[in-house]
Amino acid sequence: MPPMDRLLLKNRAAIPFDDLPKISYQALGDIAVGCLCAALRPVALFGVPEERHAESVRIVALFADDAQGTLAVTSVSAQRGATVPSLTPSIPAFHLFERQLWEEFGIVPEGHPWLKPVRYPHDGHPPRRIEEGYRYFAMKGEESHEVAVGPVHAGVIEPGHFRFLCDGERVNHLEIQLGYQHRGVERLFREGPLAAKSTLAESVSGDAAVAHATAYAGLVEALGDTVIPRRASVIRAIGLELERAGIHLGDLSALCNDIGYLPGTQLFAVMRTDIINTSLVLCGSRFGRGLLTPGGVNYDIDEKKKERIIATVRRIRDNAGLLAASIFDNQSVLARFEKTGSVDTATARAVGLVGPAGRASGLTCDIRLTHPTDAYADHPFMKTILQNGEGKAAVSGDVYARAFVRHQEIQDSLRYILELLERLDAARDGIIAPVAPPRPDMIAFSLTEGWRGETLHAAVTGGDGGTRRYYIKDASFHNWFGLALAVRDNGVSDFPLCNKSFNLSYCGFDL
Amino acid sequence: MVFRLLRARWRHGSQAVPDPTTAMPDPMFRGFPDIAKEGAPSAEMIAACPGAALTVNPVAIDLGKCHLCGSCARAANSPIRLTNRHHLGQTRRDALIVTAGTSFEEYHARAEKGRDEIRRLFGRSLKLRSVSAAGCNACEMELNATTNANFDMLRYGIDIVASPRHADAVIVTGPVSANMADALEDTWNATPAPKLLVLMGACAISGGLFAASPALDRRFFKDHAPDIYIPGCPPHPLTVVNAILHYLGRENGR
Ligand code: SF4
Ligand code: SF4
Repeated sequence: MPPMDRLLLKNRAAIPFDDLPKISYQALGDIAVGCLCAALRPVALFGVPEERHAESVRIVALFADDAQGTLAVTSVSAQRGATVPSLTPSIPAFHLFERQLWEEFGIVPEGHPWLKPVRYPHDGHPPRRIEEGYRYFAMKGEESHEVAVGPVHAGVIEPGHFRFLCDGERVNHLEIQLGYQHRGVERLFREGPLAAKSTLAESVSGDAAVAHATAYAGLVEALGDTVIPRRASVIRAIGLELERAGIHLGDLSALCNDIGYLPGTQLFAVMRTDIINTSLVLCGSRFGRGLLTPGGVNYDIDEKKKERIIATVRRIRDNAGLLAASIFDNQSVLARFEKTGSVDTATARAVGLVGPAGRASGLTCDIRLTHPTDAYADHPFMKTILQNGEGKAAVSGDVYARAFVRHQEIQDSLRYILELLERLDAARDGIIAPVAPPRPDMIAFSLTEGWRGETLHAAVTGGDGGTRRYYIKDASFHNWFGLALAVRDNGVSDFPLCNKSFNLSYCGFDL
Repeated sequence: MVFRLLRARWRHGSQAVPDPTTAMPDPMFRGFPDIAKEGAPSAEMIAACPGAALTVNPVAIDLGKCHLCGSCARAANSPIRLTNRHHLGQTRRDALIVTAGTSFEEYHARAEKGRDEIRRLFGRSLKLRSVSAAGCNACEMELNATTNANFDMLRYGIDIVASPRHADAVIVTGPVSANMADALEDTWNATPAPKLLVLMGACAISGGLFAASPALDRRFFKDHAPDIYIPGCPPHPLTVVNAILHYLGRENGR
């Protein structure tokens, strides 16, 4: 008999909000314990203001069972300002979720070791704004000192504040304070018709525009029970894999730059240009903007486009493979990549790492494999494990592993694009289907594997079909803390290298 | 090993755009809107415009608000066609409004050049300091791309520098959140005069699709008038380079 304390769903499912089981916060902790033995993964925990009682909040919790390909959802009723026993001390992956509940609804997780603001939301409880006087962690000792960086960084980089607590050159801890990019994204999703938010979805994190647009469109389609044409789902996947390959190429370029390996810097960068210019040919934007719309895609792939995409993808696949081979057996490169910024498997699981960063630490998380939808379900995405120096997958959790995983994923994505293009001819069912409006009083979840990892969009509709709550979790949400752990015990000057190997989103986190 | 690297290098040839002032983006690129004199945008088109850039009275698109999403141009019987003309930079806010029947040439002719002192000082060397303020990071990536091997804006003496102390101009991306307002002001104050203020992208110019959000604080622009507006979402690197070159009176690159 399935347990009554949770409901099992598939990715992209919508259910009546009233069907959510209601349990206590302690009972939620009992489910969450499953996260410790890797049976479940915490995906989301967010508050939904109750429709008729402004002071009541329904806390919705979402877990993933990656082995079964299911999602488990449950809920807890609480009052704004209430106190609940913190789950963070036993399940660290909850630390940000609970801080967010506290920041947005004033629900206090008692016993939370680190109750600090997440993103200083303008509509929090109470409303917040970043100002002077933030209480950073401090450290005392003869050699200890602090290095403060940001919010405005030296390069063309999004804003955030990093506070390194160091012993000499060695980093003891890095405190990351974000929120500078907070611009009220979730609130804007709630205003006006949900089906008209494609551009907004693409702007949640513009470097992962296709990932967020895919999660958003899948959500709208789930809420309206819309089925998109197969051809559209293939084109979406091509857009998403182009985005992945483009960013990974750019990040390999940046990683080479940070260690002063200039051939890698320049050559990977021009390959990235080639790939993102292919997105431009596909849909008019180097970032894949405008490609997706709820119901399908806005741009088809004709024979001419297909030929161009095939030619570029084949060329880059070969050139990137050749260049990667010359980098990953270069001792001076390896000396800088290996054992820099390590996160071991247990730590990665404890803090809930996702995406390539999680995989580089030995986790198996990948929504394309575990919770596939659309093209990924029709035409399973397969991973080839490229042989590295030791003849096995890179799972050492260091900069090397994160770089090698990117290289591997470039090859996989480009091969998958070629496979998908072959399937286009058989899928001649149009590129767009009419979109039914969201059904009232529903809750839906839509997960997509973006290049950074798991990207979640979730929504609760009201009685009038309007949007009561829109919730976004970018892959960066958990991974920022992974970066903070990765730099521990490393030289402070290795921070840029560690940072680039994760390349996390500030705006996707700050919303 | 080194031979493999040489082979990888050799296969790439030269990737630099030979002349960024004449290069054109792919015809698929969504740039300058051609609005026919006949016909008007429908209510559905107006409602679907994410930046509230499209108006009926008069029939116009405000490129300071337009995300060039293409939604209005894709609608049935639309009077709007987005061309791939990408030299979109302007020096006056009102010059960004494209009314029905405005040709690209007319639009482009409105862009002014910097005053003599500015052109004398910065004409051969302009250093930019970027402030990223609550956008989506795509504008930032395109700004970065202006200095890559393809677009190589450094060939004109235009570069991005790490400190406002070394900068001649501040280039802002994003709609400016309340949480970034102080940092923007501080960066501006730390930049020595004379200095230019450049706004890149619909978000920076008008708040764009975030304009209605109470999480923004755009008071900075009440006190400081921008010198160059670079529309787009994100603007193409060629749009950025050419907007700056035009302002410096070097529109043909010389
Ligand atoms: S292209 Fe511009 S004017 Fe047209 S709908 Fe999009 S944002 Fe609005
Ligand atoms: S203008 Fe477009 S690309 Fe630039 S920050 Fe705004 S949404 Fe992002």
